[in-house]
Amino acid sequence: MKNPGKMLFEVLNHLFKKPATVNYPFDGSKMPKGFRGKILFHPEKCIGCQLCVRDCPSNAIKIIKIADKQFEAQIDLGKCIYCGQCVDSCLKKAIEITSDFELAQLDPTKLKITVKGEPPTTPPPNQPNNA
Amino acid sequence: MLLDLFYILVFPGFLFLSAFALWAEYFDRLVYARLQNRVGPPWFQPTADFIKLVAKADLVPTAANPTFFRLAPIIALTAVCTAFIYIPLWSTSSLFSFNGDIIVILYLLTIPTLCFFIGGWYSTSLYCRIGAVRTVTQLFAYEIPLFMGLLAPALLANSWSITEIMQFYIDHPWFWAFNLIGLIVSLIALHGKLEKAPFDIPEAETEIVAGGFTEYSGRLLAFLRMTLDIEMIVGASLLAAIFLPFGLQSGPVVGFLVYLVKVLLIVFLFSIARTIFARMRIDQMIAFCWQYVVPLAMVQLLINLILKGIIIR
Amino acid sequence: MSGPEDFKIPLGPQHPALKEPESFSIALKGEKILGVDIRLGYNHRGIEKACESKSYLQAVYLIERICGICSHTHSTCFVQGVEELAGLQVPKRATYIRMIIGELERVHSHLLWLGVAGHEIGFDTLLMYSWRDREVVMDILAMVTGNRVNYGINAIGGVRRDISQEQIKDILAALKTLRERTLYYIEIASKETTIIERLSGVGILLPADAIKLNAVGPTARASGVDIDIRRDDPYAAYSEVEFKVITDNHNDVYGRTVVRMKELLESYNIIEQALAKLPEGPIAVRAPRKVPAGEVLSRYEAPRGEDLHYIKANGTEFPERVKVRAPTLANVQAVKKMLEDRYLADLPIVVAAIDPCFSCTDRLIEVKDLDQGETKILDWQKLQQLSIKYNQQRGLDFTAAGKRLQRLMEK
Repeated sequence: MKNPGKMLFEVLNHLFKKPATVNYPFDGSKMPKGFRGKILFHPEKCIGCQLCVRDCPSNAIKIIKIADKQFEAQIDLGKCIYCGQCVDSCLKKAIEITSDFELAQLDPTKLKITVKGEPPTTPPPNQPNNA
Repeated sequence: MLLDLFYILVFPGFLFLSAFALWAEYFDRLVYARLQNRVGPPWFQPTADFIKLVAKADLVPTAANPTFFRLAPIIALTAVCTAFIYIPLWSTSSLFSFNGDIIVILYLLTIPTLCFFIGGWYSTSLYCRIGAVRTVTQLFAYEIPLFMGLLAPALLANSWSITEIMQFYIDHPWFWAFNLIGLIVSLIALHGKLEKAPFDIPEAETEIVAGGFTEYSGRLLAFLRMTLDIEMIVGASLLAAIFLPFGLQSGPVVGFLVYLVKVLLIVFLFSIARTIFARMRIDQMIAFCWQYVVPLAMVQLLINLILKGIIIR
Repeated sequence: MSGPEDFKIPLGPQHPALKEPESFSIALKGEKILGVDIRLGYNHRGIEKACESKSYLQAVYLIERICGICSHTHSTCFVQGVEELAGLQVPKRATYIRMIIGELERVHSHLLWLGVAGHEIGFDTLLMYSWRDREVVMDILAMVTGNRVNYGINAIGGVRRDISQEQIKDILAALKTLRERTLYYIEIASKETTIIERLSGVGILLPADAIKLNAVGPTARASGVDIDIRRDDPYAAYSEVEFKVITDNHNDVYGRTVVRMKELLESYNIIEQALAKLPEGPIAVRAPRKVPAGEVLSRYEAPRGEDLHYIKANGTEFPERVKVRAPTLANVQAVKKMLEDRYLADLPIVVAAIDPCFSCTDRLIEVKDLDQGETKILDWQKLQQLSIKYNQQRGLDFTAAGKRLQRLMEK
């Protein structure tokens, strides 16, 4: 039967329900496992084959040799499209994907991340520094 | 004299009215949001919006007629505020009362609509003009049922003064039940007057941006929005005074609370209507008003005439 | 109702009814539409040309970004074409996963459309509810593929991620909720008077016109034209699942709503069948970097209709030519026909009813000087100069403000 106001009971029910929206920055900022966010570079595993550089669709990553068997990665998060192709291309699993997606910056220079390889004496860093 | 000024300007006059109108807008938005499973705005949102708009610069389009463009919102706001002081709130007496005040209120409530038309028309923007024409077109659809619906109880009470009408319904306790059809008719017509969904055709966002308000900004827009908020309170108070004559003799405090409940109930009904209906097209709206609402209003008039002829005599 | 005289109002490039810039110039008499001028080209991004300078592998990601809603559509269409050129045999499991993601995408696209349609007719509650329910499928997509819109699950020769047993359980649970909600929306759409009044009889497109104007997808199916690439030219694993092609004879916006809502139910069926039948095996084969010379035309049934990709390979790592015909380009011609003798109030919903995706459609426009007949080319620098000059003439100089902003950024 056709009549106006078909949704009346449905909407009245919602008066007593919890809102579906989340209070974003404070909660609900978790993404499922395997979400493609910021990439993480492990300099100690890198062999400088440049496969990631070659496959990156947006030229967001650069691998630079700084010393013998030591490489640094320059990642431009402003250019990165978070496709994760570099992770697939890397033969040595030197690039890893994290589900960190809150990467907005007011200052565009902060989007450029450089991860340096360190001399083997100190333990390898897990987090890239945001310098 | 001073007391009168206090009544008009502070309580229950302009200041109280503005605060209540803003709070009622918040209530409307909150209920609307909760019905849609959202959180809704914080309590100060309408007030903050108002303050922000007042602080902004007014831009008058080069092609617009500056006099009418500026005057329209101010006259509209004045008219609705004036209408408020003739409405009895928590007792049967209002600030100023005379025989025929119900007619004056109805005419005062028509002025904003005409102001929206004039403001929109003299903005000269195409969206504004379409919105303005729609405002007036819509006026012809809802104004007659609104008058018929609101004047039917007056007919039964045999008076054109709201105070006397209320007194009549207090003296004849169950007679308000005969006016239920009139209440429904007036509620529907008030939707049209307040340009609220499903009759928000003059400001249909997806078609003509903001209708007649498109070119308004800053203080003038704040006035226009305030006008709509206050008009909602005035309309709801008028309906409450005429159709819901309860709790009028239990003293000012209880009476005031009952009045708030009555107005909020009507605002709540507005929110629900906004939630469960799609916006009508202008031709559908006019057809609906003349095919269903006007006949309903006629039935109400007929009932009241018969009652008046048979029972009360 | 009558306005002062016949006049033209612009709807777009910026307008609340449009989510993307596109220009509709409407000649009105009062509320009645006399004619509509549609101008495409505000959103040209040069993706086709850019593909020529990317390797096939990189082009997949670029192609995926043609559309934010049907990203899987474009990448699958492209990848299928390249696989055909390279003669790759895609593993069964990969085709099933592609199909599942494709149908999940259809679900999210149709639910999104329902919300937009609700908004266009001033029924925001429908928008809020259907977009809330759409989050269910978005979460599933994020979980399975790793992103909410640009899934990046396609690779040449297969897919990049497998579906695990737990994920299958989650998908099935989500489908249960979604089916329940879809049935509710079908009930609302078929019984709520204000919705029916706004939708039925609006935007009539007769079957003959639909064929003549090349309408595709739900727009055509709602006019009783029985076309669906999934059945007519099966790709992925569609030949192995059973589904109905939904058609409707209303010929109007209401019919398009019904078709989309019923297609949702079909999509749930397809996903369930696919999950039950999901074959074991590898999910990808190794793809060569160089693709042998040749040309291919690839078709895919996007949520909005038939998507078409033409790829020409020349034996190198880079494609020589990629041509994309998004479904909106096929449907947009029909809008003009649908708007004949309608009211201004119907325009937003009629435009929305083809589920337009203008940025997928837009191609280069050439601005010709009518007097000289010459083609002018304005590059980025020239446009910038033009804008600066124009504003300086009007007394607006932003050079100082720009410098100040730069200094602020440096701090």
